[in-house]
Amino acid sequence: MKQPISLRPGLLSRLFRKPTALASLSLLLAVLVAAVFLPIFLSHDPHLTSLQTFRPPGAEHPFGTDLNGRDLLARTLEGARISLLVGFTGAAVSLLIGTSVGLLAGYAGGRLDALLMRLVDVLYAVPRLILIILAGFLIDPWLQRNLASFQGGRWVGYSKIAILILALGCIEWLTMARIVRGQVLTLKTLPFVEAARVLGQSPVRILLRHLLPNLSGVIVVYLTLTVPAVILDESFLSFLGMGVQAPQASWGTLLSDGATALNPVQSHWWLLLFPATAMSLTLLALNFLGDALRDSLAE
Amino acid sequence: MLSFLLRRLASMAGVLFCVLSLTFFLIRLAPGGPFTRERKLPPAIEQQLLAKYHLDGSLGQQYVEYLSDVLKGDLRLSTKYRDRSVRDLLAQSLPLSALLGSAAFLLATTLGVWLGSIAAIRHGTVSDSAAMLLALLLISIPTFVAGPLLVLVFSLHLGLLPVGGWTSASSLLLPAITLAGPAIASIARLTRTSLLETLQAPFLRTARAKGLSENRVVYVHALKTALLPVVSYLGPLAAQLLTGSIVVETIFNLPGTGSFFVNAILNRDVFLLGGVVLVYCVLLMGMNLLVDFLYTWLDPRIRLEA
Repeated sequence: MKQPISLRPGLLSRLFRKPTALASLSLLLAVLVAAVFLPIFLSHDPHLTSLQTFRPPGAEHPFGTDLNGRDLLARTLEGARISLLVGFTGAAVSLLIGTSVGLLAGYAGGRLDALLMRLVDVLYAVPRLILIILAGFLIDPWLQRNLASFQGGRWVGYSKIAILILALGCIEWLTMARIVRGQVLTLKTLPFVEAARVLGQSPVRILLRHLLPNLSGVIVVYLTLTVPAVILDESFLSFLGMGVQAPQASWGTLLSDGATALNPVQSHWWLLLFPATAMSLTLLALNFLGDALRDSLAE
Repeated sequence: MLSFLLRRLASMAGVLFCVLSLTFFLIRLAPGGPFTRERKLPPAIEQQLLAKYHLDGSLGQQYVEYLSDVLKGDLRLSTKYRDRSVRDLLAQSLPLSALLGSAAFLLATTLGVWLGSIAAIRHGTVSDSAAMLLALLLISIPTFVAGPLLVLVFSLHLGLLPVGGWTSASSLLLPAITLAGPAIASIARLTRTSLLETLQAPFLRTARAKGLSENRVVYVHALKTALLPVVSYLGPLAAQLLTGSIVVETIFNLPGTGSFFVNAILNRDVFLLGGVVLVYCVLLMGMNLLVDFLYTWLDPRIRLEA
């Protein structure tokens, strides 16, 4: 068993010495900044339809237009906002659940550990897609009720996105829980944890002040790999028509539109190419970053 | 050995029971039912339909009745595809999915292990970086993008392969490549990491000292041990590939099992969902058992203990 690794000082400088990590980080920042700020300077509304349907990329529309004459650049940027939002918050939800379950199971041990780990086993044995869709169905009515009464219902339009975040977060935590539990099992036998226990510190304090900081490295690395996984799942659900609802667009819905627009008579290649490039580059950067982070921690 | 097998089978039965119960309750508790339509059915007719499919009475009653039917080997009728049994639907769609899945599995393991070993053996060279870049690219391009792109290039522009449907062996080529893509990448990455670690091991020095050729040392002695983590990834992968994928089946217009996973949920088709989940779960656990046996063959130090 390898020594558990925490986020030590000097990690960032080691990370930034890797050209791939630096490039990935810059690319991610660029995508993020473009997604948030570029729409302010654009004249096109992502939802505004026009008669200029299926225009190839040109000066007026750099990424071309779609079936309803909407500007694809504006739509791709909206897709970036929604996909990244779902990816990061969904991963955060999974982080919260996975770490709690892993800490609890690993530290408590015994019956609780066995119970929680059997639960993880069972959830692993059901196809993930099924669980995500069913979780979404179960959350749906509850969320609709609460959103309608919250702040006069101004968030109702975002219910689909909230459901996606919750459903993906509630299912993606399994691997995180297993990894954290394994680390806790090794950590809790180390002398410093025993010392804390002898000093009479409460289990909660031991978990949060002594174990969690030592787990930060593993958690951060796995989190960087969960974000692209959540983005992929979100786009997959949207591709199947069960994710983000029109007129809002995520990368998944754009890719689905692009894939249906491919036909031998007229190929509207830009509808697939631009969203696909944006999404694949982002995922590539996230994966590269996760790898580089893992290597820097091990150095 | 026998006691290991018996214990594993018992725990498999336990997991299977939990999984089946979980899916049953989740889909029955989800809003909407198998006979909910936009135009509401007259209550008497809906009642009759529910009674026909044994979906009347309390949820607990329905559950117990369903479980006892499954134990007897009766997977019941699909509520969407009227009067067709789940067993029938599976028997019709599984062979195609399994064929496609096996092709993808073979492709993924051979290409993945090959790519990963090249990267590990030429560690730190251009081939290493290129192989790993290719692997990350394959992970980052979702199947629903890769599929249409492959169709665009190979079927529409070059006219080499059929666009879709199930006509000849060549019509399985593009779907198999699409399905295998991400798996190739994962296998390559696992193989590389594991082989890099194994190449440092002392037993290889012994092998070299015996006078074995370098090829034999790397490809037989090192690779055999290095494949352990890869093999444990292959178990779940096989279960996933053999039961089909809705994306690939939709893009290439193939009548496989994968689309049932999603459509059964959308139609609240309780028993069809139960059927596909059962097949998936049995395959998954069977493959994992197989993986454990493969372990003892790959690394004789490992003993089976349940």
